[in-house]
Amino acid sequence: MSIVSKEYRTISQIAGPLVFVEKTEPVGYNELATVTMPDGTQKRGQVLDTSGKYVVIQVFEGTAGVERAAGVKFLGETMKMPVSRDMLGRILDGAGDPIDGGPAITPEDRLDINGAAINPWARDEPKEFIQTGISTIDGMNTLVRGQKLPIFSGSGLPHNDIALQIARQAKVRGSNEEFAVVFAAMGITAEEAQYFMNDFERTGALKRAVVFMNLADDPAIERIITPRLALTTAEYLAFELDMHVLVILTDITNYCEALRQIGAAREEVPGRRGYPGYMYTDLATLYERAGRIKGKKGSITQIPILTMPGDDITHPIPDLTGYITEGQIVASREIHRAGIVPPINVGASLSRLMNAGIGPGLTREDHKAVSDQCYAAYAEGRDLRGLVAIVGKESLSERDRKFLDFADAFENRFVRQGRDEDRDIETTLDLAWDLVSMLPVNQLSRIDRKYIEKYHPAYKKSE
Amino acid sequence: MAKQGEIYRVAGPVVTAIGISPKMYDIMQVGEEGLMGEVIKIDGDKTIIQVYEETSGLKPGEKVIDTAQPLVAELGPGLLSSVYDGIQRPLPVLMKSMGDFIKRGVSAPGLDHTKKWHFTPTAKKGDQVVPGSIIGTVMEFNIVHKIMIPPGISGTLDSITEGDFTVDETIATVGGKKITMLQKWPVRSGRPFEKKLLPDIPLVTGQRVLDTMFPLPMGGTGAIPGAFGTGKTVTQQQLAKWSDAEIVVYIGCGERGNEMTEVLATFPELEDPKTGEPLMQRTVLIANTSNMPVAAREASVYTGMTIAEYYRDMGYNVSLMADSTSRWAEAMREISSRLEEMPGEEGYPAYLAARLSEFYERSGRVVALSGGLGSVSVIGAVSPQGSDFSEPVTQNTLRIVRVFWALDSKLRERRHFPAINWLTSYSLYTGNLDAWYKANVAEDFPALRQWAMEVLQKEAELQEIVQLVGSDALPDEQKMVLEVARMIREIFLQQNAYHKVDTYCPLPRQYKFMKLIRQFSDLSNRAVESDVSVDSIVELPVRNRLAKAKYEENIDQELDAVGKEMAGQFESLGGKA
Ligand SMILES: Nc1ncnc2c1ncn2[C@@H]1O[C@H](COP(=O)(O)OP(=O)(O)OP(=O)(O)O)[C@@H](O)[C@H]1O
Ligand SMILES: [Mg+2]
Repeated sequence: MSIVSKEYRTISQIAGPLVFVEKTEPVGYNELATVTMPDGTQKRGQVLDTSGKYVVIQVFEGTAGVERAAGVKFLGETMKMPVSRDMLGRILDGAGDPIDGGPAITPEDRLDINGAAINPWARDEPKEFIQTGISTIDGMNTLVRGQKLPIFSGSGLPHNDIALQIARQAKVRGSNEEFAVVFAAMGITAEEAQYFMNDFERTGALKRAVVFMNLADDPAIERIITPRLALTTAEYLAFELDMHVLVILTDITNYCEALRQIGAAREEVPGRRGYPGYMYTDLATLYERAGRIKGKKGSITQIPILTMPGDDITHPIPDLTGYITEGQIVASREIHRAGIVPPINVGASLSRLMNAGIGPGLTREDHKAVSDQCYAAYAEGRDLRGLVAIVGKESLSERDRKFLDFADAFENRFVRQGRDEDRDIETTLDLAWDLVSMLPVNQLSRIDRKYIEKYHPAYKKSE
Repeated sequence: MAKQGEIYRVAGPVVTAIGISPKMYDIMQVGEEGLMGEVIKIDGDKTIIQVYEETSGLKPGEKVIDTAQPLVAELGPGLLSSVYDGIQRPLPVLMKSMGDFIKRGVSAPGLDHTKKWHFTPTAKKGDQVVPGSIIGTVMEFNIVHKIMIPPGISGTLDSITEGDFTVDETIATVGGKKITMLQKWPVRSGRPFEKKLLPDIPLVTGQRVLDTMFPLPMGGTGAIPGAFGTGKTVTQQQLAKWSDAEIVVYIGCGERGNEMTEVLATFPELEDPKTGEPLMQRTVLIANTSNMPVAAREASVYTGMTIAEYYRDMGYNVSLMADSTSRWAEAMREISSRLEEMPGEEGYPAYLAARLSEFYERSGRVVALSGGLGSVSVIGAVSPQGSDFSEPVTQNTLRIVRVFWALDSKLRERRHFPAINWLTSYSLYTGNLDAWYKANVAEDFPALRQWAMEVLQKEAELQEIVQLVGSDALPDEQKMVLEVARMIREIFLQQNAYHKVDTYCPLPRQYKFMKLIRQFSDLSNRAVESDVSVDSIVELPVRNRLAKAKYEENIDQELDAVGKEMAGQFESLGGKA
């Protein structure tokens, strides 16, 4: 239905990433537009506001070099992503164009990048346990297919290693269905991007991956569309081609900065710390694109990564993310300084879908109980460290001393594991029992008696 | 015929129309696809409309039609076990017409207009009726759905017929007016009732910390504020599952899709502890997730409230959960900012407080127009930005509600669930409810609660000393206070929502638990006085058995056994006589 559209030379204002165009024929909201400079270079944008008076376009590549003499065309449709199975193994830029020197992608379909909300009635319950081989995740904050579980990190912490280890080791046991990785970089450095690419190449994962790259020196506003392109691709792979897709989005903080930039340029009333009041809803339109659908074989599991400005978990970016995602894996500077790899803060981390993915038939019947006990004991031991610093270990009761030792052992044996160490769930749970057995048995308030009799190293009846 | 105008401007969910002069809050059909929207502002010749569906592609110049009707809910048989979006469109119907993803331009009535229900009159020809009079019943699963005379109609019942009818067919006539089983009610106005009563019967939830420590009455209001992941949703779902309300309206307002899936997967399989029927059959679910249109999210709480009031008017106790009211407030903020209104605190509109209090005021225990007693209890989750309870939504909510269940991230980090902070939470209703607890549970129930609160308070004070000198420096009586407080926390307050047995604890059992802990405390105080060491008291097998009892299938026998062996074990400790 696209008519040969008219070119307007009626730009009245250019502000930040926005271009205002006057005296147009009716233009649709969210419609795609092109801005053509007198020298022929072209930029793409999207309509944010449309009325009889003027149309506001948000230019993805930024407005550097745009002048009032530029021509504007409206394309009569919202932004679409050409998708195809052949995208696997390809590297694209943040706007979806190939940058790996390969051929253009022949689309099998063109899909609206904004997607649409999955009807809650159509969703299927995520409950298949994904074994990542990382004890702090599998044992304590279990990931399941269809979950969105972000990594909350800080600048300089090895969050990329955690994401890569998950991408490498993740498997659903007893299944060998088709899987794929969709990786979207938003504003990360070329060096960081290279780190991911090297790992994908080294492990052969690249063949099963679609990579979108918006780097630190690429246009900031493009970051608004990069994750949407990635998720549109993921939806195609998962719900049309039946694949299990793991989506890694990094760094959400850069995405939110771009969002704030647009809000400021539109002179909107800001919410907390200058971020737009609709940031919750906007982030939800990304994160909620994870999940499963009844009757479809594939699934989308998301691991967004974000760096918390000033390591502050109450900053709007981690805060709003945490309110949308199904838990979070929190990287800790303190544990990192102690030289523990991966530096995951178990207490602050959470997987809300854990209960659906563990237990008899999924992992093991004692999983919930032993992990709850580890949580409680570790938290108590950590609190005691503060006390020891003041009063010394001698003034602790016998009981408290055991909890203190537990916390140390937990970090050194359970949390600490090699970058390439892939622990299966039994190893992880047995390790947890080993540690729990350091505590007096009458202090194991979270564990049913029957599990103590079956799994506690000192009490289990030898088979 | 409806009036027609055209679109002037589109900015996100807010559309401006010209050439039309509707009333405030009229429902409009916007654009060629007839998207549903509602008038939220009239400014000279411009009409500002919030649109309940995605507006991409909408253009200036497209037509806008005024339906001259406000947003209404369809009320009648068939509401129970339904799953709706924020404007009462049944999600299964939308899925049939749109597929797995929510597209737009489809309207769907809230009730099934083809299904026949068996109507049994309870009134007879010649009876005088007024709005709210009950004239007959329909069985909706195991719930007796009472058919009421709609507002604005009164007089003599000219005819009334038993039989199978759809909600559109006439079942009776009053003064020549046809009565059907369908009522339409504008969601933004509260339904009328005779008068409000003081709430003095608890809503029993089977959650120890709620029922015993911070009870909510039927018809009361409560808020659960908490940072992400502290347990708002789990607590609300526990209430939806186990509370002894007859009807539950659960509003997923701007939250996760997977959580709705979880409700949909578990509720049909769980049994109502009172009736043994599947929980879904007493539940109405409204699921307007975070990524569904914000204007429909804004409307969702009103849609839910109207349905709750409708069952209240039949004489039922209804509990309504809204998860999360903060997302509703954010929807207001988003729309307000598109209207370029002068913002109040943190960008929220200046009318935030007024909207919140209007909403919570629709709760209450009432004498209905029919003369029956019914109630709507409202429990709102609040998601404070930056887990800062001083932010506007939390603060404005706390000024209205009378129960405050404060969730605490520190407790959640140590997996103390429900992570309700016992020192900062409160219920302003305890005084009103004590008489009920004394009469229906035990005379000393309020005293036991008081005792437990004092021990916990004492613990908090002692903890400050321990932080300075370590617990070994405390005298034995105080060490014992810490141990008893630990028992109250670990055995009584903590309750695992995912454990088959522990998830639900009836009131008599709550009492038994508390009584046993009290007994243990009394015996240990005596033992300490006779120089028995705290360690040997704590190591008594009976303590461990009491701690584990909550996970045992035969829990009540376990508790009885604990009661029997406790005194004996203390005696075996000896100590100076
Ligand atoms: N009573 C409970 N028993 C056991 N676990 C609980 C309980 N309450 C909360 N939890 C645990 O805490 C997790 C988070 O709870 P929940 O999803 O209710 O948080 P929330 O406050 O609703 O967070 P958000 O604001 O992000 O929606 C749950 O997935 C569960 O693991
Ligand atoms: Mg929640």
